[in-house]
Amino acid sequence: MNSDKITKIILLFSSFIILFVAGGMVFSLVKGAIPAFKSFGAGFVFSNTWNPTQGSENYGALPFIAGTVITSVTALLISLPLSFSASLFLGEYYRGTRMAKVLGTMVDLLAGIPSIVYGLWGFYVLRPFLVGLGLPNQGFGVFTASIILAIMIIPYATSLSNEIIMMVPNELKEAAYSLGATKSEVIFNVIVPSARSGIIAGYILSFGRALGETMAVTMLIGNANVIPDGFFSTGNTMASVIANQFGEADGLKLSSLIAIGLLLFLITGVINAAGKFIIKKLN
Amino acid sequence: MKYQHKQIAKSKLKSRALKDKAIRVLVVLLSVVTISPIVLIIFKLIEKGYKQISLDFILKTPPNSYEAMTALANGELIPGGIANGITGTLLMMVVAAVMAIPVGVVTGIYLYENPGKFMANLTRNISDILQGVPSIVLGLIAYIWVVKGITNGYSALAGSVSLAIMMLPMIVRSTEETLKMIPVTIKEAALALGVPYYKVILKVLIPTGFSGLLTGILLGISRVLGETAPLMLTALGSTIINLNITKPTSAVPLLIWEFYNDPNMVGLIWSSSLLLMAIVLSLNLISKQIAARTK
Repeated sequence: MNSDKITKIILLFSSFIILFVAGGMVFSLVKGAIPAFKSFGAGFVFSNTWNPTQGSENYGALPFIAGTVITSVTALLISLPLSFSASLFLGEYYRGTRMAKVLGTMVDLLAGIPSIVYGLWGFYVLRPFLVGLGLPNQGFGVFTASIILAIMIIPYATSLSNEIIMMVPNELKEAAYSLGATKSEVIFNVIVPSARSGIIAGYILSFGRALGETMAVTMLIGNANVIPDGFFSTGNTMASVIANQFGEADGLKLSSLIAIGLLLFLITGVINAAGKFIIKKLN
Repeated sequence: MKYQHKQIAKSKLKSRALKDKAIRVLVVLLSVVTISPIVLIIFKLIEKGYKQISLDFILKTPPNSYEAMTALANGELIPGGIANGITGTLLMMVVAAVMAIPVGVVTGIYLYENPGKFMANLTRNISDILQGVPSIVLGLIAYIWVVKGITNGYSALAGSVSLAIMMLPMIVRSTEETLKMIPVTIKEAALALGVPYYKVILKVLIPTGFSGLLTGILLGISRVLGETAPLMLTALGSTIINLNITKPTSAVPLLIWEFYNDPNMVGLIWSSSLLLMAIVLSLNLISKQIAARTK
């Protein structure tokens, strides 16, 4: 066997490692989740009880699925006007200027802040501020967690939609300008329609990020194992309940947490695949 | 009649220009709001954390809760530092890098060398999906595989495995993207000279794309450096400096979490966060600088 063949085999082998890791992940999560699904059946997904009392243990994932979806959707809605403005600032209004460079770097830096530091800032700065505005539950809850989540996904949403906005052909914009359109008219009648699916894909991917955020949410959402009944009530997300309850977990509880991890894995996987699929279609 | 038309057209033009201006102001305003958190957060960390930063802070381990309480009661700075966290973070990062970099770079080369092949497309898609997996799920995985399977207890190795799985897809992607930018002619020239395939990779592809690879690796490291959640499930934490990868180990983000949960130690969170942020952000900026220079 010559060296070229060996090289090719090594290359192929390393890609097998990735497939093996991914396959192993699914296998281990499913295997770990089986006891929970055996005890509670498919009802695990739709049950809203979380009772760790020995003997009458009963676990359901619904409060956490609800908490995850509510916080992530709220975060997405809060971040939408902000990140969209920033991407217009970078990609259209001040494209290529020094100001855009500074703003772009600062938005990128937001992505570099560790989740736990966001959590600390949310706990010590944002939460007291919101309490001052009259927020109940000492400021803990879905709303506070969503604001922090929104800040955390801004860099992804901004850079993804900025990329798409930059891709809009100049000819299209120039044609509109030559007809006397103002900048804002060009943005809303030319850029947004032609970049729409890309921008949507960017927000889908950002949504996927928000779903799995753990530390900052854990520190702010209030950690109540119930379905949040409003924006200002406390709750738990799938990620935060794992972080919270894992320390004292074994047996059925551990299996239930792994099952929640499996559900989280599946949900984020589907969301990411959808976003990537749209982007791939565009290219 | 004609005059009136002109008048209407003029006022319409005016309102359009006004609307245009209003939207521009709104965009600038919202953009400023968008970046304000980074300024506020950095300011807060420096304001609250700078006092604690000293040589001791890097070289000593944290005090116990009682010592911290006494210091607080006397109005002194909390003694000690986060040496166990710094060494733990370094240890886990090195082990994770040793696992993730070779596999990631080689897989990236494989993807670049076999465009359009079924296996390559499959690997690329799987790698993309891996990139989206929440870090806490990776913590669960490392718990099942390493804590339960290999080290029979919480360990630095388990933490490293979760971080390595996190870094892997980033390195794969950046390697492939970097290699794509290298002119094919360079590779072809080497092949035409009869250079063996592995030498083409080692002596042509990797050196030519080196700065791009480095950028990807540094960005990958800076992304996982601040990770807390997977380490809570794997490395657990330790009050002493531990360099044994089969034993529980602390890390800077884990220490921040511990300090946050202990009312006596809370004074240490800001300086620890400041240090962590400084390292993460400078790694970030350095890698961006390298990337900008090569472009």
